[in-house]
Amino acid sequence: MAHADTHAHDDHDHKPHGIGRWLFATNHKDIGTMYLVFSLVMFLLGGFMALLIRLELFKPGLQFFDPAFYNSLVTTHALVMIFGAVMPAFVGLANWMVPLQIGAPDMALPRMNNYSFWILPFAFTLLLSSFFTAGGGPAGGWTLYPPLSLQAGTSFPLTIFAIHLMGASSIMGAINVIVTILNMRAPGMTLLKLPLFCWTWLITAYLLIAVMPVLAGAVTMLLTDHYFGTSFFNPAGGGDPVMFQHIFWFFGHPEVYILILPAFGIVSEIIPTFSRKPLFGYDAMVYATASIAFLSFIVWAHHMFTVGMPLAGQMFFMMSTMLIAVPTGVKVFNWTTTMWRGSLTFEPPMLFALAFLFLFTLGGFSGLMLAIAPADYQYQDTYFVVAHFHYVLVPGAVFAIMAGVYYWLPKWTGHMYNQMLARCHFWLSAITVNILFFPQHFLGLAGMPRRIPDYNVQFTDWNVVSSIGGFAFGLSQILFVVVIWQCVRGGEKATAQVWDAEPHGLEWTLPSPAPYHSFETAPEVH
Amino acid sequence: MFYRKVATVLAGLSAAMPALAYESSYNLPVGATDISKRVYGLHMMMFWVCVVIAVCVFAVMIFSIWKFRKSKGAIADKTLTHSTNVEVVWTVIPVIILVATAIPAARTLIQMEDTRNSQLTIKVVGYQWKWQYEYMDKGVSFFSTLAPASNLARQLGSGIDPKTVKDYLLDVDHPLVVPVDTKVRLLLTGNDVIHSWWVPDFAVKKDTIPGFINESWFKANRTGRFTGQCAELCGRDHGFMPIVVNVVTKEEFATWLAARQAEAHPAAPATTAATTP
Repeated sequence: MAHADTHAHDDHDHKPHGIGRWLFATNHKDIGTMYLVFSLVMFLLGGFMALLIRLELFKPGLQFFDPAFYNSLVTTHALVMIFGAVMPAFVGLANWMVPLQIGAPDMALPRMNNYSFWILPFAFTLLLSSFFTAGGGPAGGWTLYPPLSLQAGTSFPLTIFAIHLMGASSIMGAINVIVTILNMRAPGMTLLKLPLFCWTWLITAYLLIAVMPVLAGAVTMLLTDHYFGTSFFNPAGGGDPVMFQHIFWFFGHPEVYILILPAFGIVSEIIPTFSRKPLFGYDAMVYATASIAFLSFIVWAHHMFTVGMPLAGQMFFMMSTMLIAVPTGVKVFNWTTTMWRGSLTFEPPMLFALAFLFLFTLGGFSGLMLAIAPADYQYQDTYFVVAHFHYVLVPGAVFAIMAGVYYWLPKWTGHMYNQMLARCHFWLSAITVNILFFPQHFLGLAGMPRRIPDYNVQFTDWNVVSSIGGFAFGLSQILFVVVIWQCVRGGEKATAQVWDAEPHGLEWTLPSPAPYHSFETAPEVH
Repeated sequence: MFYRKVATVLAGLSAAMPALAYESSYNLPVGATDISKRVYGLHMMMFWVCVVIAVCVFAVMIFSIWKFRKSKGAIADKTLTHSTNVEVVWTVIPVIILVATAIPAARTLIQMEDTRNSQLTIKVVGYQWKWQYEYMDKGVSFFSTLAPASNLARQLGSGIDPKTVKDYLLDVDHPLVVPVDTKVRLLLTGNDVIHSWWVPDFAVKKDTIPGFINESWFKANRTGRFTGQCAELCGRDHGFMPIVVNVVTKEEFATWLAARQAEAHPAAPATTAATTP
């Protein structure tokens, strides 16, 4: 606020006090912290929903939930995890790290930054309050396919408006990242000197601006179909339910890269640091990221091979999807070669980055199998797909976020965390995540459809294993909260460089914790 | 043909692992149609391609982690930052692998889409939450819903152990009956929301969409009972609308069809299909 601004120049560490510091926050570090805390809360909430799902699936037969409530859990688990946990975590990391990495004093648009955060709690209040309305929460799946999604009760408008708000928040966050990176880099930092986390975020931000309005359009058409008698997707009125799927996945496929590109960026920061060696093939990494972003716009219908597209359409989407393996492969090879002839140590961020490297690649392999359209007819809408996207999102995106938190947390708090506890968190997570998701490949191949609350007894064994893995993975995350809590409260003082590996980048030239106002004079980059 | 050879080698490999090959609880079924066998072959081909790549890539990763540890005295070679040759190689090789796998996939896809010369046409309509089957031009039409025993057991807090129910959730009151060695064309549509008709043993999964008529086909090469489920979330009882297809001999089918026709039209010869909701 004006009050805070006038005093800010007198003293580096003068912070506004009380609740106002957070409600009216314009400081990128405060906003970044709020995003990260919000994301952690949503991660735990979405995880709790997942545990309820695994609880019901622990045994054949319905033990706990009505199928309609089960469908609501499935739907909101996805929305909470995608829009509440993973995306805000990336925006939080961008808020904290982009200005520090490019030598800027703050984000370019601090007040918009404040709005884009404070929209989110309202969005999720709307979404989750729908559980208490007549008819329960949204139960048509996060993909909101009509006509099913139009059968919803009072939850319907709440869900639509919540998605509108989440979209608006994302667009504002994206604009802020683009404007900051393009205009506020320190003198001498050309685009091809930009740290990869900034590069991947820059490309992600363009994807967000391109596709979030498409999602907003799609859900607005649902809204008018439901309340104002239009027939965009209603065949009885001459509409086309498949058109929704095309529009949705034109948003949805770039969206899945929005969920993974910043993760690529984080891993591209961490692996070189703990290999004590510059990233192999920096330019190739930038071009590969851009290629993946471009391809993400021309592969969307691989999510809908079974809707009855013409042969030529299926061919096109099969081939274009397979192409994505090429730039993704380049990235994996570059990370691997970065470790080649390096000098490796295995601090918690490196452990998570390595788990990402192995397990994301595994998710990539099942993705390659899914690209084969004839085989996809067998995989589509089964647990094989569930296993695939959880492999790229949990040990993929989520592990990368945890790696990023463990990498930069001492820079934020000024304290080193309990590395022993963090290692326990890593090993428990890395083992249990595989117990949780690997058997789901088998379930899908053996014929278990996704989004069902009950199943034939032949699927029992792997469901039991998966549920046990799920509970163990869920409980392991308590350690993550404990490590962060302890580190915020105190601990061994962290140096400016934090890591013995002497990481490169402007953020490590600042003391730890990074002062409330940093880079008021731009550093020189050579 | 190169692909045939690759396919033969890969099929041999998968046959060498019998546990993975037939009717297992952790792999696709080989199925009962030529197409399902081809799809199974493609699936195993891609699986082994992925395994081979994974072994190579993971071996390099694990070797690096083991060999270049600082604790073993490894010193970083900070000059190793790029190599155009290597980068070209690891871009070109994946492209070659992809083209090699896309060709057999495209062939199978073309066959799957070829619905010509069918000998029997059945209309499949998805309802919340049951299936309707109509034998086109035969005057036979009926609904197929979850079998009563499963339906009782699946109620919340029913107290019935699913293990005691025969074919729990994979049994219906009136299964679809089709003749063996006959090309059956399916016309699929939805009555209310989108469903998806899936029988893994036929490698058929097609959405039934209101306002659309989709086409698919299968030609079962052995008799038997084949089950499947709705594969597209369609509301509360999505998990409770299974599919059962009885593939019978042509003679048995003729007898069955005649009996159903007599049931539907006791007096007059068949004219129009009876579609009572």
